[in-house]
Amino acid sequence: MTITINGSDYPVPLDSRVSLLDMLRERLGLTGTKLGCNQGACGACTVLLDGERVLSCLTLAAQAEGRDVLTIEGLQGADGSLHPLQKAFIEHDGLQCGYCTPGQICSAIAMARELRRGDPSHVTANLAAGPEGPTREEIRERMSGNLCRCGAHNGIVEAIEEMLGGEPA
Amino acid sequence: MSKLQNAIVGGVRTVLGRVPASWLPGGTPDPIIQKRATLGTQQPRIDGPDKVRGAARFAAEVPMANLLHAAFVHSTVARGKIAELDVSAAEAAPGVALVMTYRNAPKMSVPPAIGITNLKAAGNHTLPVMQDAEIRWNGQAVAVILAETREQAEHAATLVRIRYNAAQSRTRFKDGKKDASTPDSILIERNRVDKGNASKKLAEAAYKIDAVYRTPWQNHNPIEPHAATIAWQDGQLIVHDATQMIHATAGSLAKVFGLKEADVFVSSPFVGGGFGAKGMWDHQILGAAAAKLAGRPVRVMLSRASMHRLVGGRTQTEQRVALGASADGKLTALLHHGYATKPRHSICDEGFSLTGRSLYASASFDIVQHHVDLDLLANSFMRAPGETPGTFAIECAMDELAHQLGMDPVELRRRNVASCDPISGAPHSQSATMTAYDLGAERIGWARRAPAPRARRDGEWLVGMGCAGGTFPFARMPGTSARITLDARGQAHVASAAHEMGMGTATVQRQHAADRLGLPLDSVSVTIGDSRLPFASFAGGSSQTASLGAAISAASGKLAAELLRLAGNDTPLAGLRASDVEFADSGLRSIDEPSRHESFASIFRRSGHKDLSVTGESGPPLEMLKFSMHSTSAIFCQLRVSEVTGEIRIDRLVGAFDCGRILNTKTATSQFKGGMIMGLGMALTEETLLDERSGRIMSTSLADYHVPVHLDVPEIDVLWTDIPDPRTPMGARGIGEIGTTGVAAAVANAVFNATGIRVRDLPITLDKLAFNQTPEKREAISPPEFP
Repeated sequence: MTITINGSDYPVPLDSRVSLLDMLRERLGLTGTKLGCNQGACGACTVLLDGERVLSCLTLAAQAEGRDVLTIEGLQGADGSLHPLQKAFIEHDGLQCGYCTPGQICSAIAMARELRRGDPSHVTANLAAGPEGPTREEIRERMSGNLCRCGAHNGIVEAIEEMLGGEPA
Repeated sequence: MSKLQNAIVGGVRTVLGRVPASWLPGGTPDPIIQKRATLGTQQPRIDGPDKVRGAARFAAEVPMANLLHAAFVHSTVARGKIAELDVSAAEAAPGVALVMTYRNAPKMSVPPAIGITNLKAAGNHTLPVMQDAEIRWNGQAVAVILAETREQAEHAATLVRIRYNAAQSRTRFKDGKKDASTPDSILIERNRVDKGNASKKLAEAAYKIDAVYRTPWQNHNPIEPHAATIAWQDGQLIVHDATQMIHATAGSLAKVFGLKEADVFVSSPFVGGGFGAKGMWDHQILGAAAAKLAGRPVRVMLSRASMHRLVGGRTQTEQRVALGASADGKLTALLHHGYATKPRHSICDEGFSLTGRSLYASASFDIVQHHVDLDLLANSFMRAPGETPGTFAIECAMDELAHQLGMDPVELRRRNVASCDPISGAPHSQSATMTAYDLGAERIGWARRAPAPRARRDGEWLVGMGCAGGTFPFARMPGTSARITLDARGQAHVASAAHEMGMGTATVQRQHAADRLGLPLDSVSVTIGDSRLPFASFAGGSSQTASLGAAISAASGKLAAELLRLAGNDTPLAGLRASDVEFADSGLRSIDEPSRHESFASIFRRSGHKDLSVTGESGPPLEMLKFSMHSTSAIFCQLRVSEVTGEIRIDRLVGAFDCGRILNTKTATSQFKGGMIMGLGMALTEETLLDERSGRIMSTSLADYHVPVHLDVPEIDVLWTDIPDPRTPMGARGIGEIGTTGVAAAVANAVFNATGIRVRDLPITLDKLAFNQTPEKREAISPPEFP
């Protein structure tokens, strides 16, 4: 009856109503994951569950039992060094207030995996053949579930492009 | 605002008009304009690493023992009285520690209203907060639940039973217009301008446009919800808030709870987006009151629905713009009349009618705005208040006029751009609006634009280009202070209760302080965001950088004087006064004889001091009253409209800005782009849906209120003139709001160029285009009146 979060095991909360988001923020003090709307509309609470992006506000903590959760806090290296995407966000100024940022970063990391896997998106021309690669259009479409109100969209897309440029699409 | 205010402001302006400019702030250009080293370069955010790690701590993330969580119950009628109230089920629910209603809420004073004469006031409305059974808007907080967890609090909130005796309410704009009020002034400007018999000139004009433009209610919707972690300790009130008004919130809460100002502490080092919304509203007051009753600390984090019910947005406007022109395009008349909803209890003027007073040199003006008093949540300032709806109306009308004249829209602006304040004649501090137009036109390839609408096509897509101007006044707030502490190692620390909500405040002021003090960047640190620090005015009106800049500049002058005093006579600087020296190379030197230099380290060593601390203050902003000071912009847009569905795709967006000097090219670019993207939202998707029958806001989630998402946002080009304003600190004017102004008009004008359809009410949703493709219908699209 545990959830693995950033490599450590935590007991599943007894209150079955507790969302994964509230467990992270209110019970474990892992406040890097942000609450933006608490209803699945903004993407600020995005975390990785077994490597796939999920909205932690719409995920019950109980659903994560026996599974692996990665949050923004688990992304940096053991020595505290930043993940390449975190560095790229700073370099391209893909943030302003910083509140949507952890969700954008987690989302982008899972999105890269979806692209590599060949998952089609709404803008993929040939659904059977899959995406042509990490085009701006594909990135924008796939990141559209992560809202940013400060307007850092251009920098976010550039940062993700930089990350994707460093690995096979 | 009052006749008295008009008389005072008018009087001061008259006097200042006769005072030589050299006597006023900015009388001589800020020397830093010439001396900058890091200012004007691109610098990454100093808080970037914390933000990308999720380690920047926001208001709802401050750990506190024994914490209770708050949930709110909102009224479901717009006017009336609570007739029956049953909180027993809520009180009995698991985990509930307190249910607070008007029956048990502590006695609290009405918060002092935001105003230019009291910078420690933050009240957005003038209503009592949970002091009686009276309901004054649909969504008013009628109960606060405190429980051990948010889930428990939210559940208990559903168990509160309330019956209202509803009273007659006024919630329809159309009805409210009939007895709209006409205030004497709008912000600090006289409301009514009547110059040169505009009605007569309009009637006589060879070319004329006379149209009504509408902008809807909008909400800021920062991604961080309003939040506060609140505790009472030994009679002192401690609030970890998400606010762009730190000291004003502290001062207001002191008044509300009858405390000494020194007993209220507000901390807000990071704000997850503000845009005008993160001021003081009822949630901080109610959270503090409930914490007091419960005797435990409280965390408030508003749900999206509660945000829409408790935090006001940008009000709706209906604006008539009439332009008269001669055949050469010269404006002979500019009439700008209209209505904005402003409930009687509301503080914030939506000054849309200010736009037309500064942009163009019309031969006559007739300007006035009226306020519609409805029983709604108080409206508030939202990014570029006034000028955002104002530029939509004026700049669409200019485009319509250009079309009628058969003249290029840029050329029409060139023929009319003001060379001084068109109403008062006050000189510009600096203005190069047409330079911005030329930069933007070149970048987007304006020459390729087909002058005739509906002339370019790409398959099902109609392609068009449009432009529009933006404007926002310069503001520098008095009283904003900064403390500089310089130590013997030559490290400087700057402290002020200023705000960071994404602008890069500490990043840019660190550059400023480094240049000002002749220090390398890594010798300067900046702390902001706490009411224990020297006073800072709000982060709003694009005023913070100038205000804080002026404070740091003043502090640096004091620092020079103190250092000279410490240096004594046994120094190369002996005999020099503060005005004779400048900071350079981690020390002071004579301006006239640069070889006379002594380092800070040397001065401290000889004097035996470890460090030196001085505080400087932004003085009265008299320059604002003598000069016409505005950031301006030229926005260009290229888009496609599907002839099949009416969908709009923005292909390119270019913003060229005339805002004085740019201080950090990286953060400034982001701020301009952010403003423009909010303008895109205003143009295309954003609309707060109000049920006019009940006064209830229907679009209380991010699923219903549509902000631009990644796929909506094209590559945006940002350019600037970078001409220093000689009257401002660092030569810079505000950049936070100017990005939003003009964008909606540029989009609407491009839509007209693409389709021949003139949409005069925002947002330009596809229904306004798809079902109106016949030539007869290519007239203005007006929304149906609500039944």
